[in-house]
Formats: sequence, structure tokens, C-alpha cells
Amino acid sequence: MDFDLNDEQRLLKDSVDKLIATEYEFERRKRHAAEPDGWSRALWAKYADLGLLGLPFAEADGGFGGGPVETMIVLESFGRGLVLEPYFATVVLGGGLVRHGASAAQRAALVPRIADGSRLLAFAWMERQSRYNPADVKATARRDGGSWILNGEKSLVLHGDVADTILVTARISGDQRDRAGIGVFIVDASAPGVQRRGYPTQDGLRSAEITLADVRVDATDTLGEPGDALALVDRVTDEAIAGLCAESIGVMAAMHEITVEYLKTRQQFGRPIGDFQALQHRAVDMFVALEQARSMAIFATMMAGEADPAERRRAIAAAKVQIGRSGRKVGEEAIQLHGGIGMTMEYKVGHYFKRMTMIDRRFGDADLHLATLARMGGLFG
Amino acid sequence: MDLSFTPEERAFRDEARRFFRTEIPQAIRDKVAEGRHLSREDIVTSQRIMNARGWAVPHWPREWGGQDWSPIQTYFYQDEMQLASVPSPLPFNVSMVGPVIATFGNDAQKRAFLPQIANLDIWFCQGFSEPGSGSDLASLRTTAKRDGDHYVVNGQKTWTTLAQYADWIFCLVRTDMAAKKQEGISFLLIDMKSPGITVRPIQTIDGGREVNEVFLDEVRVPVANLVGQENKGWDYAKFLLGNERTGIARVGTSKERIRRIKQLAALELVGDTPLIEDAHFREKLAAVEVELKALELTQLRVVANERKLAKGKPDPASSILKIKGSEIQQATTELLMDVVGPYVTAYREEREEGWNEPPVGPDYAATAAPTYFNWRKISIYGGSNEIQRNIIAKAILGL
Repeated sequence: MDFDLNDEQRLLKDSVDKLIATEYEFERRKRHAAEPDGWSRALWAKYADLGLLGLPFAEADGGFGGGPVETMIVLESFGRGLVLEPYFATVVLGGGLVRHGASAAQRAALVPRIADGSRLLAFAWMERQSRYNPADVKATARRDGGSWILNGEKSLVLHGDVADTILVTARISGDQRDRAGIGVFIVDASAPGVQRRGYPTQDGLRSAEITLADVRVDATDTLGEPGDALALVDRVTDEAIAGLCAESIGVMAAMHEITVEYLKTRQQFGRPIGDFQALQHRAVDMFVALEQARSMAIFATMMAGEADPAERRRAIAAAKVQIGRSGRKVGEEAIQLHGGIGMTMEYKVGHYFKRMTMIDRRFGDADLHLATLARMGGLFG
Repeated sequence: MDLSFTPEERAFRDEARRFFRTEIPQAIRDKVAEGRHLSREDIVTSQRIMNARGWAVPHWPREWGGQDWSPIQTYFYQDEMQLASVPSPLPFNVSMVGPVIATFGNDAQKRAFLPQIANLDIWFCQGFSEPGSGSDLASLRTTAKRDGDHYVVNGQKTWTTLAQYADWIFCLVRTDMAAKKQEGISFLLIDMKSPGITVRPIQTIDGGREVNEVFLDEVRVPVANLVGQENKGWDYAKFLLGNERTGIARVGTSKERIRRIKQLAALELVGDTPLIEDAHFREKLAAVEVELKALELTQLRVVANERKLAKGKPDPASSILKIKGSEIQQATTELLMDVVGPYVTAYREEREEGWNEPPVGPDYAATAAPTYFNWRKISIYGGSNEIQRNIIAKAILGL
């Protein structure tokens, strides 16, 4: 048992932390957000140069062979910076589907382009009615000779506004919520029949509503088993949740540090407000919540590659519960302990709070995962 | 980064599991699992079996019976002990006074006390708290005045756990009335048979009588029973209180209680349906399990970090273990009451000799409420959770 990073991982962490500390200093982040895409293409090129975009892919496919720990390192750092670039959409979600669901030929076509930054991905699984259930799919895929014809509407597609390639779930057979009968299709964003409407999200990222009207894709442009791709989706979702847990640690740790620093500097009644025990204890409770979350983020990282899907889901669900609960506590307390300044858009802490709040709504909130875990019989004995 | 254990570590865990489950009498372990009170003999029996194997005082120096275990081995030792519902070796002996004597005592004291402390031939109780000195322990007022080769001790100690069984008491006493409050304190070993000692039980809200007041009236204590230097007792007390870094989380105890909650919740019917199948109940339980899993990993992180800290240097992160560990243990006692339901209301007075009358309701009902009431103490003792928060605020957050 070892909680330490190895030398290579430490090197990776140092370089990413350094880059983010500089490039995502709070005022600079505002400039990135003001760019046309809502994030920085120049930084994206830097991530490619540093090898971050190819990080989790196998070396044989043109990647760097990183595992869940490497992804955790990057995402925790990105959480500290509240990074805006579509790393999670392209590398974690899209890249996850490619790593686990693509054929050798598909990987040869996609991975080098993801790694060099020339191809952005998005994962379009959600629909208006589906909430957090990826099996609830109304969009259809109909076979037509050597093609699939896709129809339907996909919603809240993270970075779907800029993606070059959209990975879409659609139903080949079965009823609306059947686990069987779903395929994942590789759709070129510029294909005829693809319409998208981009918009900002609460946490400064971007999403899109996407309509597919008789969109034709080649019969081979599928990931995983057409008609049986939900296991692939679950696997990638679980990995992605582990990634969100890591990002959350960066977000929470930053909120906690900023808050403690504020307690030490803000003067009222002739002394730093951190002298007051009522506030000290609340800062400690934030710290305890953060450390409990950190433990579960590590657990999620270690279990993200677990072969048994039920054990993996149990662990990931437990981690998402802890992250959701700790995140809400740390976030709400960070705002409260700051007082009025915490309410303002111009000050950084509120942006962390908003990011944390939105993370709880990605791939199932704490309540949903608690229900899942409870149905599975919990964690012990 | 790797959460798996080495084959040697796993082998040690299996060995510990086998030992605790086969060598410690089932009747004693059942009492612990069911929340019943242990007799003095139960505690002595269990500790002597452990000591015969060299497992009563593994954290002591090797020459006095320690094992030089790695932090992981120590972790498995505690975890398996708790999972098997084995009573811990008497903490006042093995975690408190023993390490103090081993570290600060003279050779005569080590020879006279350590083997007997390890084997529970001598039972120690703890004379720290006083009526006016709880969290502000250094304000204690029990005095020890030098008279030839004796100290004459006067004062009152309280919350003295199991003083009714004790042969000796280790006491913090004030030896310099003029000094700053932390600087005039000494650490004395006092024979409970000394004239002038009176023990009066305090009944706690669960009905139990495990704590006492101890009155010391002109008690003559040989100067040879002073541990370390006069007026340095506060340092030894801090050492003692910081000595147990990780065991306080009692993760194994909570895991075992969750197992029991699930077992009993499968027996309790709500209408025709076992309580364990109720979604709301399961979610309440699962929420505690998540916190417990997180605590287990937090504890392992503290354990792993221990290897990097100087020996004997407390890690302020262990205060997290105290806070969360006590909250989770208390949450499990709440859940246990929820499982038992209306039959928690029937009160059965604690009697050491046991009971012959038939139980009211299921036989597992009687201890649920007392355990819940009794377990309120764990966020109070050993440095209250508010004191732990003060420690984190100061030592980690720099507030």
C-alpha cells in the first residue's frame, strides 16, 4: 500500500501544476473565458506539447500510456485552476470511448489527432427525458445498406459546440429504457443533418443541444458492439466519474485554502476573523470534509480500472456520494465564511463553488449514487 | 500509488484474523459484539491470551515485549481485533501508562511495572480529569507535597474509568504551586490500596457504572513512584495523549457494528418486509458506510505518513480520525436503535452477574439504547471533538 506518486508521476504533477498556476491565475482565466470559444486554443496547443492530450492512450496507438493516476494528477490540477478547455470532454469522455470501444483502425485514425490537439471530441448521451440514465435513449439508429441513419435530439452535450467528432448514443432496437439495443456512433460534426446550439454552463464551460436529422454515418463508424454498447458507456462513465472526483479535490482544496487565507487576513473587531473559534471550527470541518473526499477520490482512481463492473460501480458510486456531500459542504461554507465578497462574480471563490455544484450534477448526483449503493447492499459485510 | 497490500502483509492479516477468532473465547467476543458489559475477568483473560503470544503490547520497545511492527501490521492488528469483537488490551495499561514508564521511567520502575502491566497482573486506572479540570486539564488542583521520601497527595480525580477494578492509578498532581500551570505538574504512580483513597461510582446515563470519582485524602506516596522528573509531568501527559494516533478511529469496530445492523435489520419485519429491504433505511446505512470507507482510507493515509514522521511525534491529522471516527461510531449506535425499534424502550439494569429473567422483546434489544447513550462519551473523552478541532485549526490550518 502506497499513497505516494512515483518519480514520473511527480514530474508530471510538477509540470502541470506549474503551467496551471501561471496560465490559470484568476485574471488570466477571465481572458481565456473571453476568447471566441470560451477557452484558449493556444493553451490547448500547449497541453498537446506537454503530452497531456495523448496521456491516457496506449503508446502503440500514439499516446503516452498513462493510467488513472496520471489522469487524476492532471484533473486535480485542472480543478485548482478551474480550467476551461475541453479536456474532460475530449480526452476523458471521448478518449475513454475510443480507448475501450474503438477498433485498431479507428484508434489509428483518432488517437494521433486527439493527442496533437487537432481533433476535439464530445460525448452526446443525454436526452431531455433521460436525467442521469444513459440507457434512456429515444434517438434512433436505423440500418440503411452500408450506413446507419441517426435521428433524435441530444442534450447538455459538454463541449458539443466545438467538437469535431461527436460520439452519439442511439437506439438500434428495444424500448426507450432497455439496456440492450444501444449503439455508440462516430458522427462528424459537419455531417449533413447535424444541428447544434451552443451555450454557456453555470460553471463557465460550454455545452450544446444537438439535433440529428437523418444523419448518415458509415456502418463501421461505431464504438463497442452496436446494439450492446451500454457496458462500454458504463465503463467510460465510471472512469469519468473518477476523473470528476479528482477534479473536485482540486476545486475543494483551492476553496479551502482561499478561505483559510481570508480568515487570516480579513480584519473585523480589530483582529483577524480567524481568531474566532466559531469560524475556526467551521474551517476545520471543511478540512475534514475535504480529506474524506480526497480519500474517496483516491479510492475511485484505484477502482476505475476494476474488471468486475459491479465492484467498480459500487466503489465509484460511493466516491461520488462523498464528493457530492463534501463538495456541497466545503462550497457553501467557503461562501459563508467569506461573507459578502464571496457572493461576487469578480472574486474567485464563487467560481469554485459553482464548478463544484455543477460537478454534482454530472453523471448522477449524490442522492442517485447513494440509492445505487444502497440497492447494491452497501460497502461492508 | 497502489492500494493493494503485499503478500506478507496479507499473510499477517490472515494470521491476526485466525488468532483473534480462535484463541479469544467466543463468549467474551459475543459480549463485545452484543454491547454487553465485560467483567474484570473477561478483560484479564483476553489480555493474557494476547500477552502469551506477545500481542498485548506490540507498540512497546522491543526489550519490554514490543514487536517492531510496520504501521500496516499495527493497522491490521487493530482492525482484525475490532472486527473479531475482541476487547482491546486495557488502554490505561498498554497505551497510556506503559509507554510513559517505558520512555520516561527509571530502570527499577520498568522492571517492577512493565511486565505486570503487559500481563494485566496490575490494573491501572487514569487519574487525569478533575471536577474543575476537563478540557483545561492543566488547571488541575490535586496537590502532592514533599514530606521526606514521600509525597502527600490531596485532591479529587473524576471520570476514572473502571477504578473499581484498578490496583494502581497514574495521576497528574501539582508539585509546584507557584509555577505556570503546565510547569508545576508531576506524574505519580499510586497504589489504590493506599490509606486515604476512596472510590465512588458515577452512574452514567446508560445505567452503567464504569466511571468513578476518586478522592485522595492525605495519601502518602513513595518518592520512588514519581515517573521521570518532578514538574515535567505535563510533557509526559502530552506524550501519552498523542501516543495513539490511529486506533482511535475504530474503523473495525464500526465495520463490525454495520455487519450486525444488517444482520438484525434482516430479522426485523416492517409489515411483511424485512427492514433491510426498506430503501430509506438502506440509504441511511449506505451513507454511513461511505463515510466509514473514506475514514478507513484516511486512516491508511495517516498510517502511511507515520513512516515519514519522527517516532513519537503526533500527526495532527490524527485529530481527523478522532472526529470522524467518533461521529461514525455514534451514527452506528443510532442505526442500531433504529433497527430495534420500539423494544429499545425496555430498561434492564446492568448487573455484573447477568440476568435470569426473560428478555422483553428480542434478546438483542436490551443493549441498543444503553450503547447509544454510552457512546455519546466518545466525542467527549480523549480530548473532546472541539479540542480536536482546536488542534487542527492551530497545527494544520495555522489559525
